[in-house]
Amino acid sequence: MTEPGFPLLTSLVVVPVVGALLVALVPRSRPEIARLVGVATSAVVGALSIWMLTQFDRHDGDFQFTAQYKWIERLGISWHVGIDGISLFLVVLTAVLFPIALAGVKPHHDTKSYTAWLLVLEAGCMGVFVALDLFLFFVMFEIVLVPMYFLIGGWGYGERVHAATKFFLFTMFGSAFMLVGIVATAWLHQRASGGPITFDLVTIAQSQSIAATSARWLFVSFAIAFAVKVPLFPLHTWLPDAHTQAPTAGSVILAGVMLKLGTYGFLRFGLYLFPAAAVWAAPVLVTLAVIGITYGAVVAAVQRDLKRLVAYSSVAHLGFIVLGTFALTNQGLTGGVLQMINHGVSTGALFLLVGMIYERRHTRMISELGGLQRPAPLLAGAFMVVMLSSIGLPLLNGFVGEYLILLGSFATRRWWTVVAAAGVILAAVYLLWAYQRVFHGEPDEANASMPDLNWGEGLILAPLLAAIIFIGVYPKPVLERIEPSVERLVAHVEEHSSYRQPIPPLPTPPNATGSSSSGDGKGGGE
Amino acid sequence: MIAVVESIPTPPVAWSALVPILAFTGAALLLLLVSALTPRRLPRGTYAVVTVLASAVAMGGAVGTWLQVTDTAKGPYTVISGALTIDGFTAFLTVVIAAGLALSALLADGTLRRQGVHGPEPYVLLLLSASGGLVMAMANDLIVLFLGLEVLSISLYVLAGMNARRSASRESAMKYFVLGAFSSAFLLYGIALTYGATGSTNLTSIHNFLAADLPQKEGLLLAGFALLLVGLGFKVSAAPFHVWTPDVYQGAPTPITAFMASVSKAAAFGALLRVFVVTFSGYNADWQPLIAALAVLTLLVGALFAIVQDDVKRMMAYSSIGHAGFILVGVQLASQQGTSSALFYLIAYTFLVVGSFGVIAVVGGDDEGHHPLSDYRGLSSRRPGLALTFTVLLLAQAGVPLTSGFLAKFYVIGAAVQAGTYWLAVVAMLSAVIAAFLYLRIVVAMYMADPEDATDEPAAGPARRPTARLAIGVRVAVGLALAFTLVVGILPDRVVGWADDAVPVLTTVRH
Repeated sequence: MTEPGFPLLTSLVVVPVVGALLVALVPRSRPEIARLVGVATSAVVGALSIWMLTQFDRHDGDFQFTAQYKWIERLGISWHVGIDGISLFLVVLTAVLFPIALAGVKPHHDTKSYTAWLLVLEAGCMGVFVALDLFLFFVMFEIVLVPMYFLIGGWGYGERVHAATKFFLFTMFGSAFMLVGIVATAWLHQRASGGPITFDLVTIAQSQSIAATSARWLFVSFAIAFAVKVPLFPLHTWLPDAHTQAPTAGSVILAGVMLKLGTYGFLRFGLYLFPAAAVWAAPVLVTLAVIGITYGAVVAAVQRDLKRLVAYSSVAHLGFIVLGTFALTNQGLTGGVLQMINHGVSTGALFLLVGMIYERRHTRMISELGGLQRPAPLLAGAFMVVMLSSIGLPLLNGFVGEYLILLGSFATRRWWTVVAAAGVILAAVYLLWAYQRVFHGEPDEANASMPDLNWGEGLILAPLLAAIIFIGVYPKPVLERIEPSVERLVAHVEEHSSYRQPIPPLPTPPNATGSSSSGDGKGGGE
Repeated sequence: MIAVVESIPTPPVAWSALVPILAFTGAALLLLLVSALTPRRLPRGTYAVVTVLASAVAMGGAVGTWLQVTDTAKGPYTVISGALTIDGFTAFLTVVIAAGLALSALLADGTLRRQGVHGPEPYVLLLLSASGGLVMAMANDLIVLFLGLEVLSISLYVLAGMNARRSASRESAMKYFVLGAFSSAFLLYGIALTYGATGSTNLTSIHNFLAADLPQKEGLLLAGFALLLVGLGFKVSAAPFHVWTPDVYQGAPTPITAFMASVSKAAAFGALLRVFVVTFSGYNADWQPLIAALAVLTLLVGALFAIVQDDVKRMMAYSSIGHAGFILVGVQLASQQGTSSALFYLIAYTFLVVGSFGVIAVVGGDDEGHHPLSDYRGLSSRRPGLALTFTVLLLAQAGVPLTSGFLAKFYVIGAAVQAGTYWLAVVAMLSAVIAAFLYLRIVVAMYMADPEDATDEPAAGPARRPTARLAIGVRVAVGLALAFTLVVGILPDRVVGWADDAVPVLTTVRH
C-alpha cells in the first residue's frame, strides 16, 4: 500500500465540488465563464486520474492510495478511500468521460446550473468508486441521484419529468433495502466480533463474522439496490426512459459511468463483503443476466428510436457484465471489469454520436434518417467503429471483454454461456440493421444536407475511438492491472465459501493462473 | 435538606432548573403588560425579538441543566415534589422547543403583520404554549402532564384562529378545538384508569408499583395504556388520530402551523417517550405492538395520502404525519437507541419543518387562502435562492444524504435494526420512497414545470404574484433552518452525542 503525501483520491472527489461552487458564483449572464470553469475543473480531475494511473502499482492487488479521516466517530464512520485494480479504471473512465461530456455537449439553456450539476455528479460518481466505508458508499450512491434528476428533468427531452421521477424513485426504492442492509451489516458485525461498531468495508469484509443465513439476507438487500442500478431484467424499466429523455451529456454519463455503480457494487459490496452468499445467489443472478442479454437484444431490435435502441443495448451489455461477475472465475471477473470500461467508452460514444445526429436533424426516429453516410462520411465512420466495438468485433475493445466473459463463464455456467453467446449474434443483428437503415441508402432532402463532423466534435470523439482501438489491439496494460485484484477477490470468495474455481479450461502452464488470463486477453486481440 | 423535607409544608423549588419555563411565562407576561401600558404600538419586531430572547434564555437554562445532570456527581433529579424531572432528556427537548418557538416567532414577525394581525397576542400565546410544551416534556406526573398539554393546546386553539377574518382560519381553530378537547378527554380518562390500576399518578411511583408486583386490575391498566396512547397520538398526529391535521395545518396561519408541527409535536413525543418507554418499561410486550401498528399506519397514511394532494400546505401536513411515523418507530423500540434516534429525528425535523413552512409562508403571500401547487411553478426563475433552499429542505425531508433528514432516518433505521425489527425498518424506508414522490412533485413544479419560464432571465421574469422583499425574520428563520440541515447533515457527531446522552430517566435513585 502506497501512502502518498498528497490525498489524491480525496481530491478527486473534492475538486469537482469546489468547481461546482465556483460555477455557482459565476453570474448568470456569463454562461461561457461557467462552462469554462466546468471544463477546466473536470480536466484537472482527468489529469489527476491519469497521474494516478501512472503511479498505480500494477502488481499489488490490494487497495492503494488509501486514506482514512475521522467523520462520525460515534458510529465508526470514517472517510475511508482507496482503489484497487477493479476500481482503478472506473475512476479513470469517470475522470475522462466528464470533461468529454462537458466540453462536447452544449446545453440549450441555463449553462451555469447545468455545469454545476454535472460537476456535483462527477464528485458523487468518484465517491462511489473510491469509497471503502459502507456509509460513505451509500451517501455517494444516493447523492448522485440528485444532480442526475435535475439534469434529466431540467435539460432533457419530451417526457423528461416523468423519466426523471421514475429514475429517482426506482433507485431510491432499491437503496431503501440497501440502507437497512448496511446498518444491519455494521450491527451484526459488531455483535459477532465484539468490537466497536464500524462501517469500514475492509474490516467487515476481512473478518467475515456474520452468520451465513444473515449474510444471505444482507446480500439480498444489497443486490436489490444494485440490480435496480445495473439494471437487471425485471427492474430495468427506468433505464430506457431515463436514457432516452436525458440530455446527451446525461445519457453519456448515465450509460458510461452510472450504470457501473451497480455492477461495481456487486463486486465490491456483494462478492467482497458476502462471498458465501454471493456464491449462493449466483445462479439466480446469472439467470437474470442471461434473460437481460437476450431480452435487451430482442427489444432493442424492434425500437424505432435510435437513442432508445442504444439504451436497450445497454441492458444486454450489462447482462454480460453480471454474467462475467457471477461466473466467479478469474477470466469471467476480469472480463466483467474490462467490459465495464468498454461499455462506458463505447456506449458513451454512441450516445454522443446519436446526440450529434439529433442536433443536426432534430429527430431520433430511425425511419426519418437514412443515407447519412453520403453527407457525413466521418460521422458514419466514427459511428461504425463504435458500433462494431459494441457488437464485439475482434481487434476492438468489446471483443476482448466479451470473449473473456464467455470464456470464464463457460467453465462454470455452460448452458447460460451458450444462450449468452447467442446474444452476441443478436447484438450484431440490431446494431448492423440500425446502421444500415440510418447510414446506407439514398438520403432524402433533409438528410442529404446534414453537415459532417466538425473539428471540435472530432476532438471530443478522438480519445474514445483511440481507447476502443487501443484496448482492442493491446489490452495487456489494462488487464495486468485488473487481474491481481480480481485474483485476490476470487481467492477471497474461495477462502470464505465452499466454492472452488474450476481449473481453467485452456491448457496453461501450472503455477501461473495470472498470466493465463492475460494470455487469453492478448490472444483475443491478436 | 433530605432530613428537613418532611417538615416543610411547601416543597423546595430548585429555581435554576425552571429557568426555561420561567423565561417563557415571564416574557409572555412582560409582553402583555408592556403592550397594555404603552399607548402606542411598539416598534416593529419588538415582540418577535422578545420571544427570541426568551428562547435564548431558555436554551441557556437548558445548557445549565445539561451540565448539571451530565455531571456524574449530581445526576438527574426531580423538582417541586417530584412533579417535574430534570434530566438530559428535559434539556434536549427544551432546546428543541425553544428552537421551534424562536423560528416560528421569526416567521410570524414576517408574515402575520402583513396579514393584518398586529399586537403582542400571537407571541404571548406562542410563549405560553411553548411553556406548556416544556411542562409536558418534563412532567413526572400524569396530572402535570395533562396540565402542560392543556396549556399547550388552549393557546394553540386560539392561535389557529388568529386570523379571524379568514373563514379557513376560524374553521381550523374550531376543528382543532373540538377534536383536541375530545382527545384531552381520552387522555384524562387514560390517566384515571392508570391511577385506578396503580394507585398513583406519579410516574416514578407507577414504575415502582409495576416493577414490584403485578397489578390485580391488569385490564384496567391496559385500557389506560390505550387511552393514553389515543390522547398523545392525537397530539403527535399519528394515524388513525391524524384526521384533524391536514385541515388545521391548512387553515391556520402558516407560522402557527410551523409551531404546531414542531413544538407541539416535540412536546407530545417527549411525553410519549417518558410515559411509555420509561414508566411502562415493564409492560413493553403489551404496548409495543400497539405503537408498532400505529407507526406502520402513520407511515403509510403520511406517504400515500400526501402524494394525491394538490395543496402544498396539505402535502406538508401529510408529510409531517409521515415523519411522526418515523419517530414512532423509534418510540416503539423501547430501547435507549430508539429514544436517542427519536430525539435526533425531532431536532432535525423541527428545523426542517419550520424552514419548509417558512418558504410556504413566503410563496403563499398575503392572502394565505390556499397554497396550490401551481403557485410554485417557475419559482426557480422568480426566486432562485428561495427555490434552492426549499429544494434542499424537501430533499432532506425525503432523506437524501448529507442532510440532517437523512441522518435522522439513518438513526431510526439503525435503532430498529439493533432491536432486530428489520421489517419495521424496511416498511419505514419504503414509505420514505413513496413520500419522496411528493417532494419531487414540488421540486418539479419549481424547476421543471414551465420551460419557457425557466429560460427567462430572472430579472425580467414574469411574476405571477408581486415578489415583495422578504421580511428579515423570515430570512433569518429559513436561513437558520437551512444551515442547521446542512451542517448537521455533514458533521453530525456533536448532535448525535447529545441525543445519545439525553435519555430520559426516572429518578428512582435519589441523589
